[in-house]
Amino acid sequence: MELSRILTQALAELIAPTTAAIALAAIGLNLHFGFTGLLNMGQAGFMLLGAYGFGIATMSGAPFWLALVVALASGALFALILGIPTLQLRGDYLAIVTISAAEIIRMLGRATVFQEWTGGAAGLTGSSFKATFQELSILPAAPERGAFGPLEYVFTGSDSWWTRLFAWAAVLVAVLFVWLLTRSPWGRVLKGIREDEDAVRALGKNVFSYKMQALVLGGMLGSLGGVLYVLPRSVAPDSMGRSLTFFVWTVLLLGGAATLWGPVLGSMLFFAVYMLLRAGMREGLEGVVSSTMVEQIGGMLVGVTLMLLVIFRPQGILGNKKELAFDVR
Amino acid sequence: MTADRPNLATAARRLLATLAAVAIPAMIVATPAMAASAPDAECTPDASTACVVAIVLDGQSNPVPDVGVNISGADFDVDVTTTKEGPASVEVPHVGSYTITLDEATVPDGLFPDATERVVTAQNGIAARSAFRLTTTPPEGAEPTATPTDGQPTDAATDGTVPADEGLGGADTTRGSGPSFGQIWQQFGSGIRFGLLLALASVGISLIYGTTGLSSFSHGEQVTLGAMFGFIGIQWMGLPVWLTLILVMVVCAATGWLQDAAIWAPLRRRGTPVTQMMIVTIGLSLALQYIIQMVIGGRSLRVLPQNPRPLEIAGITLSTASWLSMGAAIVVIGFIAWFLTRTRIGRATRAVSDNTALAAATGINPDLIVRIVWIMSAGFAGLAGMLLAISFGSFNWSLGMLLLLLMFAAVTLGGLGTAFGALLGSLVIGLVVEMSTLIPGMPSDLRYASALVILILVLLVRPQGLLGRAERIG
Repeated sequence: MELSRILTQALAELIAPTTAAIALAAIGLNLHFGFTGLLNMGQAGFMLLGAYGFGIATMSGAPFWLALVVALASGALFALILGIPTLQLRGDYLAIVTISAAEIIRMLGRATVFQEWTGGAAGLTGSSFKATFQELSILPAAPERGAFGPLEYVFTGSDSWWTRLFAWAAVLVAVLFVWLLTRSPWGRVLKGIREDEDAVRALGKNVFSYKMQALVLGGMLGSLGGVLYVLPRSVAPDSMGRSLTFFVWTVLLLGGAATLWGPVLGSMLFFAVYMLLRAGMREGLEGVVSSTMVEQIGGMLVGVTLMLLVIFRPQGILGNKKELAFDVR
Repeated sequence: MTADRPNLATAARRLLATLAAVAIPAMIVATPAMAASAPDAECTPDASTACVVAIVLDGQSNPVPDVGVNISGADFDVDVTTTKEGPASVEVPHVGSYTITLDEATVPDGLFPDATERVVTAQNGIAARSAFRLTTTPPEGAEPTATPTDGQPTDAATDGTVPADEGLGGADTTRGSGPSFGQIWQQFGSGIRFGLLLALASVGISLIYGTTGLSSFSHGEQVTLGAMFGFIGIQWMGLPVWLTLILVMVVCAATGWLQDAAIWAPLRRRGTPVTQMMIVTIGLSLALQYIIQMVIGGRSLRVLPQNPRPLEIAGITLSTASWLSMGAAIVVIGFIAWFLTRTRIGRATRAVSDNTALAAATGINPDLIVRIVWIMSAGFAGLAGMLLAISFGSFNWSLGMLLLLLMFAAVTLGGLGTAFGALLGSLVIGLVVEMSTLIPGMPSDLRYASALVILILVLLVRPQGLLGRAERIG
């Protein structure tokens, strides 16, 4: 009986809105790292900025789609600011600047100076920015709840079928977008940059400009992921720190960088296994370890998994080892 | 067949013995942890806890005991009494505005408060302080003294009470008027202190980068490890501070050796690209971060059990522990400089940094040098972590996360891969971070953002850093 409950929880994670949000952020990161070879270590910063952009725009009265545009624009702007000083330098400078900038965004978010807009360390409460999104719901209002197999949620609300539907639709659109991009001549230039920047330069392409475009597009996808991430919860700056970036990296490398479906598969697998692990530990080790400790052991195992993955199977599940450029240029 | 049995039995016994050997110290370590957290009347701010602290001082800046103070805010209202140790701190449920009211009936006869009511803003991770000053003159004639209202830790330091947890989170104050020379000089001193300790931490990043080309993202956690072992040594095991310092350095150096032996050396032998190793450091950082949380929890911790004693040297007031930490940092940095310029191994290290292939051709064993560099880097980072935790009063598991970005800014400013650049860059970053709070209207919780601004400006103007060579960045 306990087993079936744990399995149901894991199954629920497969389609959870958070899974979709992280998948979207990983798709963005895939555009950076997988296709262009850019080391963005601050994807959580893009996500947090997107969440703030969406939340603050909605709270100042913007309709849903405008708020979404604000979120995407803030991600794009962030990418531009970070890209200009770093993209002409070797890869680790981008990594250093992005990891620092993401941390600074989090600090600015929780600073009391901007408390009026960001809500300080407490963040923005969910009810303050979700109304416009929930009004869009196309799902029936009459029966409030609906079940699909063992999973049952309300149709419209925070943790609802509507959030799930919207989030996964966004993921599918993003996958389609990346598919179209990467099979275009533009996408081939990106892969060329990843493989040999100088060769692409010799062909007369402006490498800096291409890298910048990839950084901006991936960052916008990250911001969109951030919006999806906060739709079922509140905007809390401390939950979107460095660990979140590293989770996105784990998801990407698990599924396979430089593949179309890698980030999606990685995210579903990651969160299902992560839930299975934690729920299993909570049941199996009840009384031995506290629930905080279960979270900590879980986080530690993610770190170890990331290390082992990169060392022993850098191409992930779906990837092709030859397609991966791990060399710093 | 029969021969197998006793073997099996011994194996089982051995396994049990090993398990016991591992488990017993773990339990010993675990018990005081719980004991330590239980009798905690004082509020320690952390990521999810906000504190409000009321300080009552007499004319000589000594704490006044037994004064009743009421702290109230949105659906929150408590009465506290100050003790001889000083401030009355209380954990508040929400961030936001709280009113601290002094109960005038409890003020000792003949003393008059400068105010009876103050408003503070409580924020997670911060102790919002407010001080009431009792003077012998009635309020009408009282001059407006520079009381540390709203709690600015560094300000409070000039008033003679070094706050207990001048944490890295910093408090939030917006200054109205321009700073005085005394404040500038005080912040300069704090900046040098921070710079020296940062230098000790970041020299490792630079050495590792120089010899292996790897930007180690787990270096921040190496710093936290030092603070954690320092806390364990002093608070749990009751060791003297000097012994703990040495032990922390040894244990942290051992983690560096272990890492290189278990992870980095095999990866280098396999010819793993540096980017791949960089992502491995990310995984390591994540794992270490959660291990540290598992050991010390999510709260802010104080390494030294005593309250800090202020000491004024040349017009700068810092805690005695801070001055001693600065002294220790200068000694160790001097040792590093001597090591790199005057010893054979140190010169070999710089040779490997300059050109690994050429160094190998002249008979230097790069693997040995890299091993030594990892050991040194981890040891110094650990020492820096403990000294930082001592000088700033408290630390928590996220200490390294914050320091990592300051360290990267410092080594980039100085020139990635140059050890002396890391020293120079750290001093500049330390000064800028501490002195940026002097800018009128600059809230002190944004001071770390100045490091990012420097980082971006350096990359735009002189990406090789102050002491770097242009060819490294290509």
